[in-house]
Amino acid sequence: MLKILLARAHQGHRTMRYPDGPAPAMPVHFRGTPRIDTSRCPDGCRECAEACPTDAIAFTEGKPVVDLGRCIFCPECERACPEGAISYSSDYRLSVTSRSDLHVSPGEELRLAAALDAKMMSLFGRSLKLRVVSAGDCNACASDVNVLGTIGWDLGRFGIQYVASPRHADGIVVLGPVTENMRLALRKTYDAVPEPKLVIAIGACAISGGIYAESPEQHGGAQSVVPVDLFIAGCPPQPLTILDGLLRLLGRIEKGR
Amino acid sequence: MDGRFLARRNAQPARLADVPLLQESAFRAAVLDAVQTDGCHIASLFGRETDGAIELIAVVASDEASELGLIRTRLTGDSFASLTADCPQAQLFEREIAEQFGVTPEGHPWLKPVRFHAPWREPQPGGTHTPGVTDFFRVEGDEVHEVAVGPVHAGVIEPGHFRFQCHGEQVFHLEIALGYQHRGIEAAIAGGPSKRTVHMMESAAGDTTIGHTLAYAQALEALGGAKPPARAHAIRGIALELERLANHVGDLGALAGDVAFLPTASFCGRIRGDYLNLSAELCGSRFGRGLVRPGGVTFDIEPTRISALQERLDTATRDAKEAVALLWETPTVMERFEATGVVDSDACEEIGLVGVAARACGRAIDVRHDFPFGIYRFVHLPVMTAHHGDVNSRAFVRWLELQRSAEFVALQLRTLPATPVRVECGAPAADSIVVSMTEGWRGEVCHVAITGRDGAFTRYKITDPSFHNWFGLALALRGGQISDFPLCNKSFNLSYCGHDL
Repeated sequence: MLKILLARAHQGHRTMRYPDGPAPAMPVHFRGTPRIDTSRCPDGCRECAEACPTDAIAFTEGKPVVDLGRCIFCPECERACPEGAISYSSDYRLSVTSRSDLHVSPGEELRLAAALDAKMMSLFGRSLKLRVVSAGDCNACASDVNVLGTIGWDLGRFGIQYVASPRHADGIVVLGPVTENMRLALRKTYDAVPEPKLVIAIGACAISGGIYAESPEQHGGAQSVVPVDLFIAGCPPQPLTILDGLLRLLGRIEKGR
Repeated sequence: MDGRFLARRNAQPARLADVPLLQESAFRAAVLDAVQTDGCHIASLFGRETDGAIELIAVVASDEASELGLIRTRLTGDSFASLTADCPQAQLFEREIAEQFGVTPEGHPWLKPVRFHAPWREPQPGGTHTPGVTDFFRVEGDEVHEVAVGPVHAGVIEPGHFRFQCHGEQVFHLEIALGYQHRGIEAAIAGGPSKRTVHMMESAAGDTTIGHTLAYAQALEALGGAKPPARAHAIRGIALELERLANHVGDLGALAGDVAFLPTASFCGRIRGDYLNLSAELCGSRFGRGLVRPGGVTFDIEPTRISALQERLDTATRDAKEAVALLWETPTVMERFEATGVVDSDACEEIGLVGVAARACGRAIDVRHDFPFGIYRFVHLPVMTAHHGDVNSRAFVRWLELQRSAEFVALQLRTLPATPVRVECGAPAADSIVVSMTEGWRGEVCHVAITGRDGAFTRYKITDPSFHNWFGLALALRGGQISDFPLCNKSFNLSYCGHDL
């Protein structure tokens, strides 16, 4: 018993101060929102689009538009660009309310997720119970969704909790591209959640099918089966990115932050 | 293993034509001899379609001789004589072959779907492929009841379906039906490598990104004749051991949580994140995404950052040791860990367990030691074993391994060779085959790449350690209590997506 208490004293209080305090620092090579300096793009150059494994970069009127719902935040475009025009920023905020908001033109800021409306906020603002459905995720998204429950992040302090039954839930979190073999289970889980309910799609797979978008064994993400209220981009999204998204939905992050 | 096989070292390529092509009965006899007489285990056994016929290729691994034996046969009809009755570790491989190619392993005692998908071959035979719908083994009796769990589970866990045949609290039998995570990776890789391939490797089992991507990179380097520089090998080793550290610490914490010992559960949940954040320091991703590529690694560790990394590693490891050591001194934990979920050493060998689960049964197999690759050819880690095959042994092996891995990473950080970190990797050689293995944190990761006339993959076979080990979990439950299932499950902590691909 004494050893347990000593260990407890030594390990200390480890819950981060965010969002009241500063956000934890991101690592040196962290890849947040990509930035493209189009003034450096040579005429007709398509190297980045060709290198992109998920075809997340499309050119409209000669300008590259990035679909952050497809982007897996890999280093390939950055490396392929002959002019160094693409770089990943340290901006971890990657949550939006509408799928189309994830298409970002150069110089355009991401339209970050809006808070729930007044009625939904009165229901879920201080208590949001979520059922997590992994539908073909590779366990990376699941791991970083799970980690928010550990003491460092302590999701419980925001009234958010993962629950063991859809009947206890206010909404579902969908991970993975929605495999053919999980389609029915996802639908049934959604149907079992009482109205009104929320759906949160986390990770490139759940938003667009990600790297598996071409596979006939999957359906291109959560929207193929259920309506989605919050999209959190990444592959997998950093835990901070996920937390930021959940807090924006609950209106816990001030505008402009 | 004898002259009937083509012997190769880990990631040593061969011309496909040099792999002996035997009659089906001789193929069967050779594989049985290798497993039953020579102590080899089946590292992979899979089919491929060639000129309209189905060819079976077996890879047997001789842990003592550090050799991989390759052999093949071509089926003349739509069936072949099953190995499973004589060699149980073939069971899931044969079911997979049956599902993928629509051929029948005659005499297979447990022929059921693996991933519930339509066969790859045209024309496709009829039948439905509804996941979880199959003829589950049932125990009959007035007081026997069945408990069905999943596919969606109570926690943040991947999906799978479990059927328990119970008598009160006692479990007579557990059957595990997977396939819910099937994304069609092997089919998608055929015809590659494409720009997508390496990213599918990184997410084949997303908690084993380094283990799988390294196996892939080694295969392409072997086929492309590339020799990664020494510094790349060291950084890959650091990344692979950090992956092991994060997962082992996480598992030990989760095991503590499953027996309601919250101090270790809470501490380890955080410390796992410290190791993941160290992986992120290497390449920006907590899971090692974007780091390993054919030819080397894409990020260097600048000398100015080494001491800070070293310090963070030391702190995390000190905290981990303190947190985990509490387990062994707490009687209530030991009472729950010991003699729970036992797999005996005979069963372990028979069903072909690999990795932590095998070493917990006293079987000293470890790809880093038996088939050394990359940095492990120069720096040797002792193989850690325990001997009771129970939850406690599986926990204890992790505890021993995390200490060795931390020492290894510290050493590598101190002694990084002064070379570049990547070389060009040429196109894969045509008409070739290579077997590439690594020791992921769960165990043996085995990739087999076969190229055609143009150097493109005609078949790429991935075997995650979970593929070998899920049956071990089913056996561990026999005679146990149903309430021990979460604990047993966590002590194996197998991958659903790595199995389902």
